[in-house]
Amino acid sequence: MAELKLVDIKKSYGAAKILHGIDLDIADGEFVVFVGPSGCGKSTLLRIIAGLEHVSEGEILIDGHSVVGVPASDRGLAMVFQSYALYPHMSVFKNMAFALENMGLGRQEIDQRVRRAAQMLQLTDYLDRKPKALSGGQRQRVAIGRAIVRDPKIFLFDEPLSNLDAELRVATRKELAALHGQIGGTMIYVTHDQVEAMTLADRIVVLRAGRIEQIGTPLDVYNRPANLFVAGFIGSPRMNLLPGRVVGPDAIRIGNEPHMIAMPLPEGLHVDDEITLGVRPEHMDVTARDDADLAITLDLVEHLGGETYLYGSTPGLAQITVKQDGQTAYQRGTRLRLHFRRDAFHLFDVAGRALRAN
Amino acid sequence: MPGVEPLPKTTARPSIVAWLGIPFVLAMRIVDYPMRALQRALGEQRMAYVFLLPNLIFFSLFVFAPIVINVIFSVTGGPALFPSERPFVGAGQYAYLFDCGSYLDPSTCREDHFWRGVANTFRFTASQVVAMVLLSLLTAVVLNMKIRGRGFFRAVYFFPVLLSPVVVALIWKWILQRDGLLNAGIIGLGGERILFLVEPGWAMFWAVFVSIWAHMGFYTLILLAGLQAIPSDIYEAAEMDATPRWRVFLRLTLPLLWPNLIVVIVLALIRGVQTFDEVFVLTGGGPGTATLMIVQYIYETAFSNQVQNFGLAAAASVVLGVVLCLLTGLQLALSRRKAA
Amino acid sequence: MGTTLSRILTSRRRAGRWHWTDVAAYTYLCIGVILMFGPVAWLALSSFKTQAGLLEFPPTLLPLAQKEVVVDGYPQPLPLFAATLEDGTTRHLAQVRRIGIVAQMVDPSDPSQQFRVPIERRIPVREFSLATSNYTEPLQRFAFMRFLGNSVFVTVVATLITLLINSMAAYALSIYEFRGKNTAMVLVIGTLMIPITIILVPVYLVVTEFGLVNSLWAVILPGAATPTGVFLLRQYMLTLPPDLIEAARMDKASEWQIYWRIVMPLTLPALAVLAIFSIMWRWNEFLWPLAVLTKTEVYTLQIGLNAFQGELQTQWHFLLAMTMVTLIPVAIVFVFLQRFITTGIANTGMK
Repeated sequence: MAELKLVDIKKSYGAAKILHGIDLDIADGEFVVFVGPSGCGKSTLLRIIAGLEHVSEGEILIDGHSVVGVPASDRGLAMVFQSYALYPHMSVFKNMAFALENMGLGRQEIDQRVRRAAQMLQLTDYLDRKPKALSGGQRQRVAIGRAIVRDPKIFLFDEPLSNLDAELRVATRKELAALHGQIGGTMIYVTHDQVEAMTLADRIVVLRAGRIEQIGTPLDVYNRPANLFVAGFIGSPRMNLLPGRVVGPDAIRIGNEPHMIAMPLPEGLHVDDEITLGVRPEHMDVTARDDADLAITLDLVEHLGGETYLYGSTPGLAQITVKQDGQTAYQRGTRLRLHFRRDAFHLFDVAGRALRAN
Repeated sequence: MPGVEPLPKTTARPSIVAWLGIPFVLAMRIVDYPMRALQRALGEQRMAYVFLLPNLIFFSLFVFAPIVINVIFSVTGGPALFPSERPFVGAGQYAYLFDCGSYLDPSTCREDHFWRGVANTFRFTASQVVAMVLLSLLTAVVLNMKIRGRGFFRAVYFFPVLLSPVVVALIWKWILQRDGLLNAGIIGLGGERILFLVEPGWAMFWAVFVSIWAHMGFYTLILLAGLQAIPSDIYEAAEMDATPRWRVFLRLTLPLLWPNLIVVIVLALIRGVQTFDEVFVLTGGGPGTATLMIVQYIYETAFSNQVQNFGLAAAASVVLGVVLCLLTGLQLALSRRKAA
Repeated sequence: MGTTLSRILTSRRRAGRWHWTDVAAYTYLCIGVILMFGPVAWLALSSFKTQAGLLEFPPTLLPLAQKEVVVDGYPQPLPLFAATLEDGTTRHLAQVRRIGIVAQMVDPSDPSQQFRVPIERRIPVREFSLATSNYTEPLQRFAFMRFLGNSVFVTVVATLITLLINSMAAYALSIYEFRGKNTAMVLVIGTLMIPITIILVPVYLVVTEFGLVNSLWAVILPGAATPTGVFLLRQYMLTLPPDLIEAARMDKASEWQIYWRIVMPLTLPALAVLAIFSIMWRWNEFLWPLAVLTKTEVYTLQIGLNAFQGELQTQWHFLLAMTMVTLIPVAIVFVFLQRFITTGIANTGMK
């Protein structure tokens, strides 16, 4: 177990800059998830930590020691690959023992460690099998087992669940969370799936185009997105982002809507400033009273049973998503009046930065 | 976990393989120690040089260096083998090779054996390539039909490919000799005995024939692979369009097979120009010089004549090398034009 | 005519109908069988004939030898003939001796009955018999076992070296990024075009420099680094997922370990193809050994056989048997690995 410190990590391939200076501190035993759209550099960052890619500039410190220039095999980290990268010609046992043999451990020690890991992952019955005789979930667990037996300083996961079907993904996610609880360990996990990020992470690092957009606990990131990108990326269905304009003290107007919306605005905003109002689908209520902020016509209703998603539009604004608990009788074409909850909305300035009310 | 069903256990490998593997594993383990030290010194990416090194040593000793030495040989004279002991003669060897009254008539050349070799190789290659392409195309097409015993017939046409040239030549020499099976057949049918390997025309014919017999399976296989790679829905589409079958062959099969045909033609050309062993064992280049090929000329000039004339042999092989480079260039040009 | 002919050419026929093109195809294939297998079968049959049997014209199909019988009162077995007697009857008689144009014969079942028969009135009685001495005698009389041993040594050692150094080079060229990689690739491609026929003389010089003339190593070493082998293996290694290599590095494997514990086992199919090709090349190699091996004790089978055919022109019975022995390993390889070899050739276009 170890702590990791990244200082101003930069990476470029020729003229193409992939990472623009990443600073990050990861504490001992922390579960950190890198999340972002594809091409954001999250996998490259992970591979730089692993030692599989060279860093162009910057410093990587593990427990205070720089590991820049140290080859992957000498960094003492373990990695679970997206493709699992199981050695196809070796049995499950051999797959897990391979690294231990390379470390020069004794036969008994190896046997003990592999069996302990196999027990933890319910793989004991499959130790003699080759990877191709395993199901997808089992292969996944072998890949994790291969990391566990090493007792590494840091676990690295590169989108480990993306090759599993939906049901198995949920189950394995829960197992991973349990595993972290059980063995502790510093873990760094890369995914493009924000649900995995939310459910697994102690802290989420949101990346875009080679830069960190926000670092924080899952609820932090959800409740207080630092900018428009994080607001739009975290949360499903995604937050409604409505362009608008300040029209008076504590009053804004969105889109081409005729009426003003009264809401508390943070200081420093002036009349005519352009802003973006962000409201999550679950933070809108259908209302019959006259406190409605917006009226939409429904284009599509999705019934999920336990909840219902309403998609509606109004001239001058992008499609608006509303989440309703339970089931509704609304239909395509229904006209709805919506009220934004005043305790859960977000405001962003013209540069996309979040504005806080207090 | 959900979705886990019991799967059959994999069976253990035969133990003989394991026993054979033990020396291998031991050797590899021992080599790992110096390799680890090298890796510490060089870093992991530069280990590539270490892996490349043995091959490069072999390449440079037995390919690169010889190419250079070959050119040196061809511009020096005398009987000595070591380049430093050989006097420089400039283009003398080439001038001697190319000293001809008329290039169309080998007997007007000073080195008439070389030119007979060139003429013979040309005749041999031309007739062999044409016959080879036609026969292997026909055979491939027939073998691609839905017929019983396809695997067997394919094996029949293929197996001579594996035979050594010496064996091939001896098999046919035995059949073609004066009292051989073929003459027995001819006499049985009321014909007259023919001395196949003594009459110049017949000797060349059989040289070509035996060479086709031995190598046709290889080219057939390349064409067969090409035919099988043509998706069958193309034929079905043509059938829906009521295309006459001869048009299907000429307009669909042949163009789609073109890349494989290029390979066959050029490989047959390159191999034809280098022909040596079967013909050498079958006829010894005879009768006279009727089946003497360039490579045999080079071999005999360098190694088996009383005077080992390395310079002349090297000059001849440089000429042959240029021809082969041109042929390879032809292949690249043809396949690139196709790709463009 | 056009459509029926092209039916063969396009290889498509309607199921269930027996078309004349099928007949033509089968005829062609059967002629092929006779033409391709016939000569080898003829060699096999001939190699079991006695020297006298081989000189016979027209030749018999099967190896035959004159039948001999043991007759009471005669220490040696006597040759058996079908003799036509003066009274016109034909009897099987054993010949005791021949005087001029008359043979003195005896009835094997009743040795007391003796006959004198003009030699043109008796025909030898023959039976199927394999002259195995064609095979056993050269083994003792000539250095044939030595040639066989040399060929096996060359084939095995050369194939092992080829597999090792070519797979190492292919590994370097497929897994790593390094300066000079493209140069190395171009050099490898370039040598594809340089057959040993072109550089016969200078390779001979190199071999002489190392003092290897008339040594089997002179045959083994020059062809050990085959560009075709490097290519075949590299193409295969490029299909291995790079994750595997990285996973092994994360697992603290050294680069050499990655090579022999991960990449080699996973490249086995391609290594097997290369091994078979290498065995074929080495077993059949002719021109280079012919140039570099001049002493009988280092001859390989092919060179030995070629020398035999010079020396033994009149002793076809030995020559044919030796040819058969040279052919047999290849035949065995073919029978067991035919499909493997043909797909290997079809996929790589090499031979």
